Amino acid sequence: MARITLSALAHAYRPNPSAPADYAVREATHVWENGGAYALLGPSGCGKTSLLNIISGLVTPTRGRVLFDDQDVTQLPTERRNIAQVFQFPVIYDTMSVRENLAFPLINRGLRGAAVQARVEEIARLLDLSRDLDRKARGLSADSKQKISLGRGLVRPDVAAILFDEPLTVIDPHLKWELRSKLKEIHKTFDTTMIYVTHDQTEALTFADQVVVMLEGEVVQVGTPQALFEAPDHTFVGYFIGSPGMNILPARIENGHAEIGKARLALGRDPVLPPHAKIEIGIRPEFMRPAAPGEAGLEVSCQRVEDIGRHRILRGVCDGQKLAAILPEGAAMPPEVLRMSADAAHIHVYADSRRVR
Amino acid sequence: MSLVLEHVTRKVGPLVSIDDISLDLARGTLNVLLGTTLSGKTSLMRLMAGLDQPTAGRVIFNGVDVTRAPVRGRSVAMVYQQFINYPGLSVYENIASPLRVAKLDKAEIDRRVKEAAELLRLGGMLGRLPQELSGGQQQRTAIARALVKRADCVLMDEPLANLDYKLREELREELPRIFAKSGAVFVYATTEPSEALLLGGNTAVLKEGRLVQFGPTAEVYRRPSHIAAADVFSDPPMNHIRAEKSGGMMHFMGQVLSADGVFSRLSDGAFTLAFRAHHLGFAKTSASAIALSGTVAVCEITGSESFVHIEAAPHRFIALARGVRHDAPGARVDAWIDPDDLYAFDAAGRLALAPQHGKG
Repeated sequence: MARITLSALAHAYRPNPSAPADYAVREATHVWENGGAYALLGPSGCGKTSLLNIISGLVTPTRGRVLFDDQDVTQLPTERRNIAQVFQFPVIYDTMSVRENLAFPLINRGLRGAAVQARVEEIARLLDLSRDLDRKARGLSADSKQKISLGRGLVRPDVAAILFDEPLTVIDPHLKWELRSKLKEIHKTFDTTMIYVTHDQTEALTFADQVVVMLEGEVVQVGTPQALFEAPDHTFVGYFIGSPGMNILPARIENGHAEIGKARLALGRDPVLPPHAKIEIGIRPEFMRPAAPGEAGLEVSCQRVEDIGRHRILRGVCDGQKLAAILPEGAAMPPEVLRMSADAAHIHVYADSRRVR
Repeated sequence: MSLVLEHVTRKVGPLVSIDDISLDLARGTLNVLLGTTLSGKTSLMRLMAGLDQPTAGRVIFNGVDVTRAPVRGRSVAMVYQQFINYPGLSVYENIASPLRVAKLDKAEIDRRVKEAAELLRLGGMLGRLPQELSGGQQQRTAIARALVKRADCVLMDEPLANLDYKLREELREELPRIFAKSGAVFVYATTEPSEALLLGGNTAVLKEGRLVQFGPTAEVYRRPSHIAAADVFSDPPMNHIRAEKSGGMMHFMGQVLSADGVFSRLSDGAFTLAFRAHHLGFAKTSASAIALSGTVAVCEITGSESFVHIEAAPHRFIALARGVRHDAPGARVDAWIDPDDLYAFDAAGRLALAPQHGKG
């Protein structure tokens, strides 16, 4: 188990990188605490897999250092980093029994006898594999095989960290929750540092205490699921987390208000804005509400209402910008044009895409 | 244009992949095939396209029996889950390819390609190669190619399944608009209830090669005729409780309640009470609400909502909560269901009771 430090780390796949866009991972320093559950989340090409590969030793960074606790492992190959990895596809020996598969990493390290068996049985119990211990791995379902892969990672008690690369890709959607719940339980039981790469927000938010959101090689926010939802630090986080994503509207900020076209929304604060920045406000569709009588609001022309069962989504246009609002299940059809607002606490201000407090 | 399936069955060896399905799909309609993997969606589409032939039954296009006609004899276009484009051809040429095969004149090809590109927002990308596009743009190119043919029947087999969820969200929003402008018979296969709801139109629920229910999408969602339709049309799956009504009382999960309110509409017998996750809440919102207690297995957090999995042996329930919930695994919780939100299915699985308030 280890604290993982990425110190002034940057990586480019092309030689002689100069512009920020040349980097797959842009320079940054991060400290990930021992025993933490971290998820690296972002669209394809954002650099999350590169970052994972740097931690695992598959890729040596162009600049900067990787530390496990106080040990510099930047130049060490994967096998000397004492980490366990779980990949998209199960990595197991089909011809071995489940028991032999689970014992393999221990036998490989020279362990023998009762201690091995006890540990294997403990891990099998935790993963609900006890009944299958003496079956060949070959005949098992994809989710059982992936559990074996996971078990092979967990069985060594001394690993510095467990790294997961989209581990639920091959799992049937209806079984995913079970493995998600297992991962939670395992993290609680073992207290191992875990780093989990995914493009799936539900997977990231369910698994992690801290979600690391990446965009174009840059970490744009590290935060709890709640923080990402309630206070996105970057307009991309607002867009990427939540469905539909956050409404982003160009605005002018003046005297404690946001002006959007002719409309005004009360902010109750005067954020300090950098000069010449592009100013926008962000409001989540969940926090849009009809304007109170006498309250200035946004004029929204309703284009259609989508009924998705548990609630409805109003799709409209405000001052030439698309806007969405969540309406409760069974809500009446809104008028063609309506005034909507939001509480000041749910209106965020962004300067050049970054949140201003 | 209409597409009619009459008692269509397909057997492959001893396996029945499609079991006696009849469907009547009219011109200009969007028809969703909703079912889990291996429910028969793809098999049914292949029969519609003429890629496979039924063992029994007839396929009728515009009143003409085409059961034995091959793909080339039918006016169909197909979009698959994997984006299939010609890697060496530009987006323009990819979209134009079926028109070149049909030997249309140059001006007509140009007009149609630009129209389809406009509809699918590919206007600025016509000169690029597929590999220079994002996954969403590649799939939009494949859809444009399917539309440009102006086939009478457009079949889409989980076209968004390989896209990440933000792209899915965007294309889902656009698809109904694209369908509305076409006028063909659209058939769209998906495993996702929310996709069916967003697309609207009609939905055919499939299970194990059989048609469970066909009707307007919102109606199938709110009044599933059979428990199988309710289960398929629910994500997360419907919560179930085994119950029995006898002597004016409801018995379930060790509780005994007087069978008044909605329960008075049931006759005596065994039922499965079913309800969707978003109706199981953590606050008692009505006097008649029923408490279901258990321990938390996991909270799945989607960003704006949380699905709380609750173990209440032998039952397992899923409740949907707004925002982010962090109940620790193993924590005890009380959840509440309002009887007005309940469905009941009889011992044969047929609908016996549905919410009356238009929700569900």
